[in-house]
Amino acid sequence: MTVVVFVESKNGNLVKAGLEAVSYGKRIGETTVVTFGDLSSDALAGAGTYGASKVLVHRGITEGNGDQLTQLVAKTAESLGADVVVLAQDQTGKSIGPRIAAKLGAGHVSSAVDVPDTSNGFVVKTNVFSGKAFAHVAVNSAIKVISYTPNSLAATKDGGNAPVEELNLDLGDNRITVKERKLQEGDVAPLPEAELVVSAGRGLKGPENWGIVEDLAKTLGATTACSRPVADIGWRPHHEHVGQTGIAIRPNLYIASGISGAIQHLAGVNGSKTIVVINTDAEAPFFKAADYGVIGDAFEVLPRLTEAIKKFKESNN
Amino acid sequence: MKLLVCISKAPDTTAKIAFTDGDTKFDENGVQFIVNPYDEWYALVRALELTETSGGTVTTITVGTAADDPTIRKALAIGATDAVRIDADPKDSFYVAKQIAEYAKANEYDIVLTGKETINYNGAQVGAMVAELLGQPFVSLATKLEVAGNVATLERDVSGGIEVVEVGTPFVLSAAKGMAEQRIPNMRGIMAARTKPLNVVQPVDCDDLTSVVAYSKPDEKAACKYIDPENMDELVNLLHTEAKVI
Ligand SMILES: Cc1cc2nc3c(=O)[nH]c(=O)nc-3n(C[C@H](O)[C@H](O)[C@H](O)COP(=O)(O)OP(=O)(O)OC[C@H]3O[C@@H](n4cnc5c(N)ncnc54)[C@H](O)[C@@H]3O)c2cc1C
Ligand SMILES: Nc1ncnc2c1ncn2[C@@H]1O[C@H](COP(=O)(O)O)[C@@H](O)[C@H]1O
Repeated sequence: MTVVVFVESKNGNLVKAGLEAVSYGKRIGETTVVTFGDLSSDALAGAGTYGASKVLVHRGITEGNGDQLTQLVAKTAESLGADVVVLAQDQTGKSIGPRIAAKLGAGHVSSAVDVPDTSNGFVVKTNVFSGKAFAHVAVNSAIKVISYTPNSLAATKDGGNAPVEELNLDLGDNRITVKERKLQEGDVAPLPEAELVVSAGRGLKGPENWGIVEDLAKTLGATTACSRPVADIGWRPHHEHVGQTGIAIRPNLYIASGISGAIQHLAGVNGSKTIVVINTDAEAPFFKAADYGVIGDAFEVLPRLTEAIKKFKESNN
Repeated sequence: MKLLVCISKAPDTTAKIAFTDGDTKFDENGVQFIVNPYDEWYALVRALELTETSGGTVTTITVGTAADDPTIRKALAIGATDAVRIDADPKDSFYVAKQIAEYAKANEYDIVLTGKETINYNGAQVGAMVAELLGQPFVSLATKLEVAGNVATLERDVSGGIEVVEVGTPFVLSAAKGMAEQRIPNMRGIMAARTKPLNVVQPVDCDDLTSVVAYSKPDEKAACKYIDPENMDELVNLLHTEAKVI
């Protein structure tokens, strides 16, 4: 099968979720990456390592915008006669994936967590009911668009560099004007991509106590998150809110302290590979979803865990 | 301002998730349905706020069967002017988007508002598809919306941060947290909703581009391993050697 994978770049690199999507595409067929922006050809060629046999870059769009990106991917897919289009279901993917499908008359599968099963048709396993179940979705159209859930499958790195070609396509107008862009500072991974997440809830009693959460996150190289009430009362910024009505994440490690584990919270985090729960209440529902539980006071346990991680990192260096 | 808000129903957030008919159908037995929170709390309430200050109408549209009527009445009780139900059992997101786009095309709205996603199928698809079918711009994951004349200013979530954007009407958006605060319908609203128009419209033909062949559930978690709160070295050791996540 011929596969086109859309990958975006951020801070001078192709984004991790996009590279996972490349490895995902490679498992379906011959994969061409389509991207945009001013990333150097050397950096772009690196997509080959993840399974791309070619990289097509459009230098004319420097800022992501839905109108032109939809055109870029749809036109590339058409000109290559692609059978499958794959993109990571991050914020950009959510704004263009279904549009590309509608433009191509393709069936669209969102939240894919595994490669298609082609033993009988073309069936993709997806996340539904906020991670409480999977749907196995058959795509009946000739061309298929798959939005891949970041962190579902590890990227494979066994290829070499891929040739890079510049695309010269007319992408029409961009009808949305970006007035201002405020990107997160520093080099911590944004929540949907983070492999390690340290999260805390109302059990922390107040925003002034978040130092111990941040210390642990910093020591681990993790991204911080929080429960909904904590964001609602303004102890933490809204973009940290995880759960059914916040961001859904699936990191390798999720450490939750002072969070009861309400079903709506679990809905956003139960895709995590390993869950550690720290709570004073042995009856807290979160322990049922945990791999490792610590019945204890976050104010004592978090600093102790931070020290233990430091010790571990030093002895491993 | 003429606004169209897409309203869907979703199982209550605490509903038990189970399947019937050889795991091909969601088991609705004993499940309470609510208005999808993104549609109700954010898209609908912001649309109402805008028309309350600048005038205009808020129509809701739902692709569903008569079983959706209580959900639609709730949206009317919160304050929508009138409601449309496209009488069909929605097959997939494209089917829904096609019905909404056809209706919107014939009735010309300034803004079509959808929720960010439904909390049952988590597709985050319908809004983007409606925009493409209408040939209109799409502002995804909008957290703020202001309108002045025929120009809207929005804040939206983008990978790694936020963006402030400007777009001319007509356009389509998907609403995320931050747009508005949840409103509880009052008695007067609930009474008024009973007599507000709910127009039932026949669907247009549309192929099934996708279909669910089966549902499955994640493997049961092994029991939680408890660690002495005094002994965080052991936890770190397990995370390294057993879970292999650090
Ligand atoms: C429609 C709907 C959608 C929702 N969506 C979300 C969502 O997306 N995300 C979300 O998080 N919530 C969501 N909620 C809210 C959810 O139901 C819970 O109310 C919320 O998750 C509770 O937050 P919490 O665990 O921080 O606080 P609490 O429930 O107050 O729990 C605090 C916990 O901290 C523990 N604790 C107290 N002191 C300490 C200490 N010193 N050390 C360690 N532990 C301590 C307590 O034992 C308790 O378990 C939603 C609710 C609804 C109705
Ligand atoms: N059956 C439906 N009728 C009307 N609007 C819907 C329907 N299904 C989804 N939507 C709208 O589309 C948004 C995204 O849904 P989804 O693509 O299913 O995640 C929802 O938040 C609703 O606003």
